[in-house]
Amino acid sequence: MGYAKQPDFGTPEVRSDRTVTLSIDGREVTVPEGTSVMRAAAEIGGDIPKLCATDMVKSFGSCRLCLVEVEGMRGTPASCTTPVTEGMVVKTQTPRLEKLRRGVMELYISDHPLDCLTCSANNDCELQDAAADVGLRDVRYGYDGAHHLGQAPDVSNPYFLFAPDKCIVCSRCVRACDEVQGTLALTVDGRGFASKISAGTTEDDFLSSECVSCGACVQACPTSALMEKSVKEHGKPERSVVTTCAYCGVGCTFRAEMRGEQLVRMVPWKEGKANRGHSCVKGRFAWGYANHKDRITSPMIRDSIDEPWREVSWAEAISYAAGRLKDIRAEHGARALGGITSSRCTNEETFLVQKLVRGGFGSNNVDTCARVCHSPTGYGLKTTFGTSAGTQDFDSVEHSDVILVIGANPTDAHPVFASRMKRRLRQGAKLIVIDPRRIDLVRSPHIEAAHHLPLQPGTNVAVLTAMAHVIVTEGLVDAKFVQERCEVDAFEDWARFVSDESHSPERLEPVTRVPAEELRAAARLFATGGNGAIYYGLGVTEHSQGSSTVMAIANLAMATGNIGRPGVGVNPLRGQNNVQGACDMGSFPHELSGYRHISDAETRALFEQDWGVTLDAEPGLRINNMLDAACDGTFRAIYIQGEDILQSDPDTKHVAAGLEAMDCVIVHDLFLNETANYAHVFLPGSTFLEKDGTFTNAERRIQPVRRVMDPANGYEDWQVTQLLANAMGLGWDYGHPSEILAEIARLTPTFAGVTWERLCAVGSLQWPVNEANPDGAPVMHIDGFVRGKGHFVVTEYVPTDEKTGPRFPLLLTTGRILSHYNVGAQTRRTANTAWHPEDLLEMHPVDAENRGLKDGDWARLASRKGETTLRVKVTERVAPGVVYTTFHHPETQANVVTTDYSDWATNCPEYKVTAVQVAPSNGPTDWQEDYADLSERSRRISHEPAE
Amino acid sequence: MDRIDAIVARHADREGPLLPILHDVQAELGAVDTAAETRIAHLLNLTRAEVHGVVSFYHDFRAEADSRPVVQVCRAEACQARGIEAMMPAVAAAAGDRVRVETVYCLGLCSVGPNARIGDDLHARLDEGALTKLVERA
Repeated sequence: MGYAKQPDFGTPEVRSDRTVTLSIDGREVTVPEGTSVMRAAAEIGGDIPKLCATDMVKSFGSCRLCLVEVEGMRGTPASCTTPVTEGMVVKTQTPRLEKLRRGVMELYISDHPLDCLTCSANNDCELQDAAADVGLRDVRYGYDGAHHLGQAPDVSNPYFLFAPDKCIVCSRCVRACDEVQGTLALTVDGRGFASKISAGTTEDDFLSSECVSCGACVQACPTSALMEKSVKEHGKPERSVVTTCAYCGVGCTFRAEMRGEQLVRMVPWKEGKANRGHSCVKGRFAWGYANHKDRITSPMIRDSIDEPWREVSWAEAISYAAGRLKDIRAEHGARALGGITSSRCTNEETFLVQKLVRGGFGSNNVDTCARVCHSPTGYGLKTTFGTSAGTQDFDSVEHSDVILVIGANPTDAHPVFASRMKRRLRQGAKLIVIDPRRIDLVRSPHIEAAHHLPLQPGTNVAVLTAMAHVIVTEGLVDAKFVQERCEVDAFEDWARFVSDESHSPERLEPVTRVPAEELRAAARLFATGGNGAIYYGLGVTEHSQGSSTVMAIANLAMATGNIGRPGVGVNPLRGQNNVQGACDMGSFPHELSGYRHISDAETRALFEQDWGVTLDAEPGLRINNMLDAACDGTFRAIYIQGEDILQSDPDTKHVAAGLEAMDCVIVHDLFLNETANYAHVFLPGSTFLEKDGTFTNAERRIQPVRRVMDPANGYEDWQVTQLLANAMGLGWDYGHPSEILAEIARLTPTFAGVTWERLCAVGSLQWPVNEANPDGAPVMHIDGFVRGKGHFVVTEYVPTDEKTGPRFPLLLTTGRILSHYNVGAQTRRTANTAWHPEDLLEMHPVDAENRGLKDGDWARLASRKGETTLRVKVTERVAPGVVYTTFHHPETQANVVTTDYSDWATNCPEYKVTAVQVAPSNGPTDWQEDYADLSERSRRISHEPAE
Repeated sequence: MDRIDAIVARHADREGPLLPILHDVQAELGAVDTAAETRIAHLLNLTRAEVHGVVSFYHDFRAEADSRPVVQVCRAEACQARGIEAMMPAVAAAAGDRVRVETVYCLGLCSVGPNARIGDDLHARLDEGALTKLVERA
């Protein structure tokens, strides 16, 4: 596969039911009404010269290069701004046009450095192409006049540079930032000849500006004025492979542009249906971790965690691991063994890990990181709608009129979807934000929430029930929808429950701290404002009432008839790239793939027959139960693929105690993560660039992941699992993930029509892909719910047991930030640390002043569980009484302070509410010091040759 | 900052309040500096870049206050044809550092040039003597 640019039609695609037929250079073309002449020409393979036009932004008409002649029209209109009309006759090349275009081109080139041979855009430059296209042969003006040459580049952004002398001021970058990303961080400074692209005021450079480094401007730039530093370093790519990003649950598809085995750059794929050609700083730029020096590529073993690691061959590592597992099983039984699948790995890899645990270890002790994030989504949506997944595709947001965001911070955690949401908001959709913090969506340029309900952490259910109270008691229920689509008895029970005066916004205000009038107004807006869509994240699920909140959201959507068409729905925003997939693949101890209960004999028989094993009918242990059991001595060995439970799971000290108590901890990862400090076997993992497989994003979209380079560790992760399985005597023989996917499809009704070949051909499929939905289902529950009728569930508000008091008067809630991802294992090993080098504790000025803390001071953050130190950021983003931090850095280990309280239904930990105290500090806590010692000791690698 | 907040508050209910705000800030504070741009952006829920783009587009908005008198001299085609370019050295000499001479392109009096403007007063049919006198008296 050679390197070819992605096609550029010049102006965005227009959707219209009506078409127009016209003639361009004697060829007939039929396009949707409203299409530009430029795009119509491109549709039939034409290539009108252009500089300021690109199909990622609206036409602008400034470069005057794309002029055409139109019969019956005066002059030479710009083809980018001229819409097609019926019967139009267009000529794109005439002597007059040639002359005009050359004249324009001469002006551009008279003020451009002629250093093409040493320019990083050489042979990948639209200015160069345009000069060739128009036949530029001479520059009559010479090069001695006023010019912009020799201006110093702005290299402040870690990933790209801005070279003003290469800039032709087409303002494609400014428009991409405005229209695509919605950050509006760029502008044209000055006017006329003095015009210059600027990232804000005269005091700003790209790094200090409001730029979020999404890369849209770099993609839009026709020259090397905005260029990836990696291209400057490595040269122009020679080939490209379309693959899926391994960061968040948006699931952007990218072209990995390669030279040899060197990844030169990741460029968003225009045809990607999740991202529609857009990207964020993580997927676009933060892939350097793949070759970071910390990456471990040799397997390692040790008998005890006090010893240094010993590098061994794969054969020795696998046989050592299998030997220990078998010994432990022989002595303590199969239920002493378990495994954890990873939401960062592929569906195929996840499926194999749970297959190994169930079929090889012989227990159902398999769990996944979704336990600690979206397990309540699975439970809540299955109970109410009948399926454990979001109801919409991302395109749906383009049809929403009212968007309700609760417990999610899309601009930081799901930035590419947030850009699409913000575009809809700029078009006039209304926004309601329910969040303890003033997240960016509450108010940021051109975005302002109609209502922000700054609730007390832990009171989601009370707020949603109060909204339901308003909707029911003020007669705003969509009675027709409820009557036709839902269980009416359950609805009536629910309506009676929420109507009770005790659930009124006024009565709940002391608990929720949300002003009743504001809440009433928000409820009315949601119920009456047109298509209402709910987007939520871990601020909903990571609570003792996480599942109740998910069901309260589902109730609200059903009561207002906001299910079953584009523009509405219940949309969980998934944290990791394959949370949806890991859940789909049977990673939970009680479920086989496709959310079928392990106790169901018929389902079990299907798998037993296919796998040739006998399955335990009893659900196994969840992560937290495994750790409890380990402390009790009944759980003794674990295989953890791609998850750092020590850093990511709550109550770090308890996790450490559980891991320490086990006889055999096998960590399969890219890096010696924090969990590996307690491991006996380290199996090096492969990155998403080094493997084939599939990820499933938050829209249930299954997308191919493709191997663009050989695994540095020698094996793709599914191969490592297969080695271990075979050492356990399972006799697996998969030659490629497509064979695993075929097995998944064979055994999972919702995946019945999915094959690797089909995914590669069509790009993606949204499950269910079965007889009823042969091409998948962008929107679910259109004519009926998967479970038949929608089920309303009464959601009684039960306050969490984690309470503030005199010793711990503040509530801590945790989250993440744009530049980092989860425990930071990947992003901390990239230049993203330029934006966020450490975790900070956000605190309201009043709380800070009461404690004598100033911005940047060190503070001790203590809960009933533990304490840590970090720096304070004084801000009004949080309300008085609430503090907030991220959990990206192991030096901080925010989870030392979080508790073991968890969701009543799924044990999803209550990360979002911890009672804490904050005090000035001048150094790390004892735990931080002890852990740093252990961490250093445990990471020693002995390089003596193996015997 | 309080003065900027007050100016913004005055225009808050207008459609397209940015330009009137910038005019008032320039008039009251003598300049629209980076701090003012940042504050106005925050209050209007715009980005710094958007405000800076507008401020830098118009020559009448200045980044730094300058209390010197201003003489605007038209150097567009018609005034050039009537000899303004030849007078510029004398104008510069008359101005020295005391007067700020700004070049503008067309004051709309092409038939009676060369022209200049001081404050809201327009001066037409200028020769070198008249123009330097204007500058000296500015």
